[in-house]
Parts: sequence; C-alpha cells; structure tokens
Amino acid sequence: MRSFAFTPAESVGQAVSAQGGDGDAAYIAGGTTLIDLVKLDVMRPARMVGVNRLPLNDVERLDDGRLRVGALVTNTELAHHPLVTAHFPLLSQAILAGASTQLRNMATTGGNIMQRTRCPYFRDAAAACNKREPGSGCDALDGINRMHAILGTSEHCIAAHPSDMCVALAALGATLTLVGPHGAREIAFGDFHRLPEDRPDREHEIEPGELITHVTLDSPVEGAGAHYLKLRDRASYEFALASAGAMIAVEKGVIREARLALGGVGTRPWHAQEAEQALRGQPPETVNFEKAAGIALRDASARQHNAFKIPLARQAIVRALEKATQAATDS
Amino acid sequence: MDHSGPTREGGELALALTVNGEARRLTLPPNVTLLEVLRDRLGLTGTKKGCDHGQCGACTVRVDGQAMNACLRLAVMCEGQEVTTVEGLASEVGLHPVQRAFLEHDAYQCGFCTPGQMMSASALLEDERIGSDDAAVREAMSGNICRCGAYKNILEAIHTAREELASQRKEGGIS
Ligand SMILES: Cc1cc2nc3c(=O)[nH]c(=O)nc-3n(C[C@H](O)[C@H](O)[C@H](O)COP(=O)(O)OP(=O)(O)OC[C@H]3O[C@@H](n4cnc5c(N)ncnc54)[C@H](O)[C@@H]3O)c2cc1C
Ligand code: SF4
Ligand code: FES
Ligand code: FES
Repeated sequence: MRSFAFTPAESVGQAVSAQGGDGDAAYIAGGTTLIDLVKLDVMRPARMVGVNRLPLNDVERLDDGRLRVGALVTNTELAHHPLVTAHFPLLSQAILAGASTQLRNMATTGGNIMQRTRCPYFRDAAAACNKREPGSGCDALDGINRMHAILGTSEHCIAAHPSDMCVALAALGATLTLVGPHGAREIAFGDFHRLPEDRPDREHEIEPGELITHVTLDSPVEGAGAHYLKLRDRASYEFALASAGAMIAVEKGVIREARLALGGVGTRPWHAQEAEQALRGQPPETVNFEKAAGIALRDASARQHNAFKIPLARQAIVRALEKATQAATDS
Repeated sequence: MDHSGPTREGGELALALTVNGEARRLTLPPNVTLLEVLRDRLGLTGTKKGCDHGQCGACTVRVDGQAMNACLRLAVMCEGQEVTTVEGLASEVGLHPVQRAFLEHDAYQCGFCTPGQMMSASALLEDERIGSDDAAVREAMSGNICRCGAYKNILEAIHTAREELASQRKEGGIS
C-alpha cells in the first residue's frame, strides 16, 4: 500500500481542522472502502485523518419522533438497535442484506453513505474511467457492464451506486448534518448523491473538508409495513443486481402512504417518487404494484449486458411492495 | 491536546494494543494493516491473508470482541484495543469448544480458511442478536469463504460448539 500520513482525531473540531479542506486528505472511519481503494491505487490521499474515535456513536430519538444517528455508529449497531428494529425495520433489513458480519462491524453510517462504486473499471487503475480520471473515457460503456446501472446513467458513466443502507435512507427520508471549515449545515439525503452527468467524479454535494456528523431519519410512518428485497448472484455477501426497499401504510383498504427506492440499478440511491405518488390512494393490489414498477423503470436504459436488470427490478419492486403490504396493519 | 491516540514520531507512529491478552507496544508507519502487524511483526501467522480486500474472511480476528477483517484495518486505528487471533482462542483449560467441534466434525480440508472461520464462529456464538438456526448461522458466517467447500461440516461444528458452550454455562464452567 502506498504511504500516507495519519492524524488521529478525538473531537469533531480537531478532525475538521486537521483535514483543513485539503483535497489530498481523507477522513477514515471504518476504512472498508478507503483502504481497499488505496491498495488498488484508486484513491491516493497523502494524509488520512482518523475519525473512528470521535464521539459520534449515539442513536437517539428526538422529541418530534425523528431518529438521530451519529456518523460513527457501525452498520451492525444500527441494524440491531432497538429503536431501528422497532420503528425503521426497512433500514435494519437493508443494512443486514449488505456485505458481511465482519464488514458491517467495521463500516460506519457516514462511510456507508460515502462508499464508492464497485465498477470494475473504476477499481482498475489501468482502465479508462471518467470517475477516477476525469476525461479519460469510460471502459464500461462497451465493456462487461452486467453489474451497471440502468437509471440515471449518462454517456460519461453508468456505474451503479452499491449501497443497500442508502436505499433504505432514500425511501425513509433523512437529513445529513455536515461540519466543515466554514461551519455546520444540513442537507436532505435525497439531494446528497449527484447524478453522474458530465462530472461522474463529483459524487456528492459535499465541500472539501466537510465531515458528516449525523444522519437524522424522518419520523416513522405509523402502521407501515416494510420490506427490503435484494436480488444477487449468490445468497449473501454480494452486491445487488437489483434491490427494492418498499414501505406501505394502508387505511380502509387504500394505500395511505407508499415509499419506494431501488438499489443496484441506479447511479445513485434511487428514490422512485413518481411511483410512490401513483400508489397513494390506490388499493394495495398487484396490478397497482405492477403499474408503479412500470413508472419507476420508465426511463431505464440498458447496455449490452445488463438489459436483464429491467425485468429483474420490475419483479423486485412488485414483490417488495407485496411483502410490505403483508407486513402493514390496515387501520 | 489529548494524546490517547497514537502520536507522531517522524513518519512513524507509536501504537499500544493488547494481542491475545498481552500488552504490545510498536512503532510503525501508518500504512501498515493490522493483518501485517500480526503476521510480520508479531509472528502470529495463524491469521491468513487471502484476498487482502475484505472479500474472503481468511484474515478475520476479533477486535474488542467483534469479528473484523484485519486486512482492511489500519493498525494505528487499533490504539488501546484488544485483539484476539486464532492463537488466543484456546485457554489454559484447553481448546475452545469451537476448535474441538471443528476437529470432531472435520470442518476443513486444506485449513487455510479455518482460523478465520473459527474467529467468526466464536464471535457469532456470543452474539445474542443472531439466531441459532441454519439460515441465520449461514448468513452470519457468509463473510468467510471456503475454497474447499467445507461449509456443511462447519455449520455442524458451530451447532455442536453452541451446545457445548451452553452446557458449560449450565455447569458454571465458563461464563
Ligand atoms: C467485500 C465487500 C463487500 C461489500 N458488500 C456490500 C454490500 O453488499 N452492500 C453494501 O451496501 N455495502 C457493501 N460493502 C461496502 C461497505 O458497506 C462500505 O465499504 C462501508 O459502508 C464504508 O464505511 P467505512 O466506515 O468503512 O468507510 P471508510 O472506508 O472509512 O470511508 C469511505 C469514504 O467515506 C469517507 N468518509 C468516511 N466517514 C466520513 C464522514 N463521517 N464524513 C465524510 N466522509 C467520510 C472517507 O474519506 C472515504 O472516502 C462491501 C464492502 C466490501 C469490501
Ligand atoms: S461506469 Fe463510471 S465508474 Fe465505471 S468506468 Fe465508466 S466512468 Fe468509470
Ligand atoms: S484477506 Fe482479509 S478478507 Fe480476504
Ligand atoms: S478448508 Fe480449504 S479453504 Fe476452507
């Protein structure tokens, strides 16, 4: 592994000032994305600021019912936290569908949101990749693009966003708190991940030196049922080909509230807002779920090897909505 | 400034941690992984390097009790932590129930994945959040790949070890 300097931080203020807005410095939390990519020579920070000891480990329920999660809470702790399993089962299911026990024990909430794509050309320093090396081209366009995205792609990048946790956050709604050299600010989770467009290297609405300190989940939808369905090449420890996170609340036989987000198919965690809108006020029946799936995938565009993802995602959506409905209590 | 973390010494950093119950002090550059420290600095070669990218689980150790991939963990981030490797699994009393069960069930062929499998298994058996049925155990163990395909026997060994741990607990043996 290439060499770098390391500064351990004990407080948020110390971390932000040690980072200093320097583009060559990286925060390191669990390290499961960063160390992997430094070994591959894909990420090349000259300095790392260790944030793993920051006191950002709390999960607390706010007075308005929202859930405030520290950026250093591990994926394991968050998935098993009693407030999460009780009020945000979609989040728990999505996290546990990702990676392995060991990786979830290391991975943090903030790091998961910031994880990079698994596109094999991005991970290969010898390949052309606009995300890694802006302007170099994209070897995935006419390469082995079976794992790549079908929604939100551009002629410059078709990489899929790999996170399962982020699919749940997109469906549930959340706010990120960032602290940087110029102070603190908040941003809606749905505005944080960028579409690739002509700058696939700019993945997040984050300024140099900004640290995610908290993720605050919107208050839970009462009586809703939730289901995260992940379809992949093997039963566990594999990234999604397509996944669907669904939440449904039913009242007097019609859908009062619907939430739907997709993984493995979008260039960012994919919030299917139009499909949600189409579901509200309809009876929770398969025919309506199929219509919603059609809306969610209307703009899908495939390359040579990933056209199978369109029917796969359609089926994932329908099944996840059916399962979420079964888990909901009609009030 | 709080100096409970590693401090700078030229390009190298000082690190204090506990490995298998023994306090260790080292000076090392920041780009050294926990796996490299264990194998190359401390001679604890039971922990294996398979993929070196978090994809196989051969390097699994326990850090403050939790199973982790030592290949993706910077050693300097383990300041003050307690690391247990396969060398630390047995006690004065003898082999750990997981080790005995692996022997009994022939839960390996080449043995390369075995230290990692046993570290994951020992953590899993202490984690009450994880179910004890086949599906839950397989899911919790999926971060450990076995090239020889010894999965069936590994699963049986874990069930046996769980029973033994439970009966030991009843007898007030180990808590
Ligand atoms: C083999 C393997 C399989 C995996 N499978 C899955 C899977 O199936 N599903 C899935 O969802 N994920 C999967 N992952 C990815 C894993 O979930 C991420 O690597 C992990 O969540 C990243 O968190 P971390 O704390 O380790 O991040 P780090 O590696 O520490 O950091 C990642 C990035 O985020 C930045 N960063 C970290 N914390 C902050 C912060 N608080 N504020 C601002 N920037 C920050 C870092 O600078 C770095 O650029 C897998 C990973 C591996 C290696
Ligand atoms: S799809 Fe995106 S990440 Fe992959 S090679 Fe093309 S530009 Fe790079
Ligand atoms: S060597 Fe660490 S997971 Fe393979
Ligand atoms: S016993 Fe050979 S890899 Fe598992």
